[in-house]
Amino acid sequence: MPDTRIGVFVCHCGRNIGGYVNVPEVVEYAKGLPDVAHAEHNLYTCSEEGISSIKKKIQDNDLNRVIVASCTPRTHEALFRSACEEAGLNKYLFEFVNIRDQCSWVHMTLPKEATEKAKDLIRMGVAKARLLKPLEEIEIEVTPSCLVIGCGVAGMTAALNLANQGFDVHLVEKASELGGLLLSLHKLFAVNREARELIVPLIEQVKNHKRITTHLSTEVKDVKGFIGNFDVTLEQGEKESKLRVGTIIVAVGAEEFKPVGQYGYGETAGVLTQLELEERLKERTLEAKNVVMINCVGARVPERPYCGRFCCLTAIKNAVLIKENDPEANVWILHRDVMAYGVEFEEYYRKAMESGVRFVRYSLETPPEVIANGELKGVSVYHELMGKQVELPSDMVVLTTPLVPRGDNAGISKTLKVPLSSDGFFLEAHLKLQPVEFATDGIYICGSARWPVEVSEAIFQACASAGKAAMPMRRGHVRPEAITSSVNEEFCGGCGVCAVLCPYGAMQMVSKNGKGVARTIEALCKGCGTCGAACPSGAITMNHFNDEQIMAQIEALTEA
Amino acid sequence: MDRNGFEPLILGFACNWCTYAGADLAGTSRIQYPPNLRMIRVMCSGRVDPTFVLKAFARGVDGVLIGGCHPGDCHYMEGNYKARRRIHLLRKMLRDFGIEPERLRLEWVSASEGARFAQVVADFTKTLKELGPLKKDAKIAVSQQD
Repeated sequence: MPDTRIGVFVCHCGRNIGGYVNVPEVVEYAKGLPDVAHAEHNLYTCSEEGISSIKKKIQDNDLNRVIVASCTPRTHEALFRSACEEAGLNKYLFEFVNIRDQCSWVHMTLPKEATEKAKDLIRMGVAKARLLKPLEEIEIEVTPSCLVIGCGVAGMTAALNLANQGFDVHLVEKASELGGLLLSLHKLFAVNREARELIVPLIEQVKNHKRITTHLSTEVKDVKGFIGNFDVTLEQGEKESKLRVGTIIVAVGAEEFKPVGQYGYGETAGVLTQLELEERLKERTLEAKNVVMINCVGARVPERPYCGRFCCLTAIKNAVLIKENDPEANVWILHRDVMAYGVEFEEYYRKAMESGVRFVRYSLETPPEVIANGELKGVSVYHELMGKQVELPSDMVVLTTPLVPRGDNAGISKTLKVPLSSDGFFLEAHLKLQPVEFATDGIYICGSARWPVEVSEAIFQACASAGKAAMPMRRGHVRPEAITSSVNEEFCGGCGVCAVLCPYGAMQMVSKNGKGVARTIEALCKGCGTCGAACPSGAITMNHFNDEQIMAQIEALTEA
Repeated sequence: MDRNGFEPLILGFACNWCTYAGADLAGTSRIQYPPNLRMIRVMCSGRVDPTFVLKAFARGVDGVLIGGCHPGDCHYMEGNYKARRRIHLLRKMLRDFGIEPERLRLEWVSASEGARFAQVVADFTKTLKELGPLKKDAKIAVSQQD
């Protein structure tokens, strides 16, 4: 057995680790561990410099195992594995030690303890690294078609993007028509064009595209499989159909919050939401002369702390339209900060003020009150700038509410095995580095399903997720992680427990020399380890997470 | 109640998809928690073999924390249910070794529950401080099984 020569690369990550953990001390410690042939620290190991250093030191020091102690495998494991491969090492001879997200960042006031913890974690990492073995990945074909769930502007943009690249797209929509939320809108803010002008051509293009198959009034009932090979069951009423697709894009959007019980909504006539106002503007049935809009209803409150992002702009848009329609009308917008970001939107806000829309700031502690005696009379609000209560006579109150997650998000989350955030929207893999995909390979997310976005953002995200989905489909194959199970047929007693436990049917019982033994079907095995933990004979090895490696980590932790 | 400044050693097993991600989120959110935990990453809580837990106690670890996806949300469908069954039985066995069952904790922490992860660690650390160090004869009882 050749010498084990481990390289340990400890990252400062600027001040993120280096400001709390004594990195040089940790490097000295690592140097003293058995089988560590080289240890160094880098300012940013993920930088060009850091990666070059890893590759160079592998060559110079004949390293055959590499450890990077830095952020979290969920950001840069793939990057460091590639670096190892480029330097001639099998990528599975690399181990990541998390000393930032689960160490320096959470023990910022305890530098001594954080440093000791980093040392412990590296010692455990080294113990595992000693036992790492090179592994080979198998190649699986990718079906060049995509399932897009949701046919609003995001879903349709993504579908067209992929279809134009030559991939087949199955577009599934719960409602009986294409178009989503934009169908209910009147005009789009800042550009002042009708939503129809955008959405109708999009619908036509989708309907006429030969690579897009639309399934209306259809829901996704079940999804099995993995990237490149998802087996989808669709349900249209009583009818079921099955599809095989390579990738999935979630574009289910969100819905407007209806503030029942607040400000007289649902009780007093003349109290509406912005979407309901848009309907009246579209149909030209608006007759109000004194409109008071209340922003942040059901948003930026304890039970729903997020900001709806574009509802301020919606309110401004509708206020300006009312004024254009009837310059004598009084329009007030009661707000708790106006979100009008960037160039165009700030400009739009200023124009609204110039056109006579009046903005009054109120606070969460002193919300406005709708005054109605069976009939709407007005709104009383504590005007923050004036420092007094004012009464605004009004014949229409419009409540500006945020988009909220759809009720069936939980169901979709379970079907696809993708997570939801604490607010109930879908949770992407990484806020900054992987904003349009899930941690699960092959499934992507765009539009308001992720969190409320305005139209241009929905389009950006749709193009981005389509771009990402195209990658494995273009390549034509994927190489799933080689962390599969493997059965030692000598030790296997043929009990069959593993085959029963495996949720993917990846363990089959075969006959070998008259004895029944288990054998892994690599293409189906996901590497969860449930079989490995259950095997009474110890015959199953979970590649890259095997018993010896885990035991070694436990022993290294508890070395006296 | 702190017994002479005793700091418990906690071994953790976190499933890659939920608990490990939740723990990372606690980090990104800079939520501070006690430094007593040493985490081993596994792909699924269903990977956790009871012998790992016994090994940990045999080596003197004061507490073992296993984190997985919420029931129904397991990335691998049912791995967390298997973990639940195993840990339930294991906890009964621990009593026979003279180990307080509270030293083994199974928690469901999702990828979005950074604050909850930090709370669990803080809570478990406090419980273990009150329980005190793992008794030496318990350590021996478990290691004699090896």
